[in-house]
Amino acid sequence: MLLGRVKGTAVCSFKYTGTEGLKLLVVQPLDKNLQPVGGLQVAVDVVQAGPEDLCVMVRSREAALAMPDIQFVPVDLALVGIVDELNIRPDGEFDMQMRPGWVSYT
Amino acid sequence: MILAKVVGTVVTTISHPAFKNRRLLVVQPLALPGKDADADFIALDNTQAGIGDTVLINREGGGARQVLNNPDAPVISVIVGIVDSLYLE
Repeated sequence: MLLGRVKGTAVCSFKYTGTEGLKLLVVQPLDKNLQPVGGLQVAVDVVQAGPEDLCVMVRSREAALAMPDIQFVPVDLALVGIVDELNIRPDGEFDMQMRPGWVSYT
Repeated sequence: MILAKVVGTVVTTISHPAFKNRRLLVVQPLALPGKDADADFIALDNTQAGIGDTVLINREGGGARQVLNNPDAPVISVIVGIVDSLYLE
């Protein structure tokens, strides 16, 4: 699951059977510092997000589970939450390197 | 399953019903000595983990749905354990 920001809307007049009525948004995937990761992608929206909203997205087969009524459609990115508050500790506060030998974490 | 550290929290009021009453945490995978860490991502908390905890994450949808006991949950990564200690050769 990852963060993304809504950048626009996609409209398709011809869609695969079963995907009619789904709202499609153009999103930019982001990392934890809200820096862009890769290019723009199209996601299905189930939380009624608007332009420039920061969202939680889910990829792969689980995106097809996000729609409440539609069962199994070819969708691989879905918006599942709108972020109100994001609290991230700065880079370097935690050591991400594993050390040889016994390391106790608690 | 992968080892990661919790580096942040995400608050969502509007979200999919499967996310209700559970916390979303931003996690950063741990790296082997001398290697770069993988990209950060968001995981659903099932263990009451907090910022700074080292956690065990199931990053696969089938296992996540089993943990959440919901066959329709659109969840891939779920925190399934808090690591006390590690031994690395």
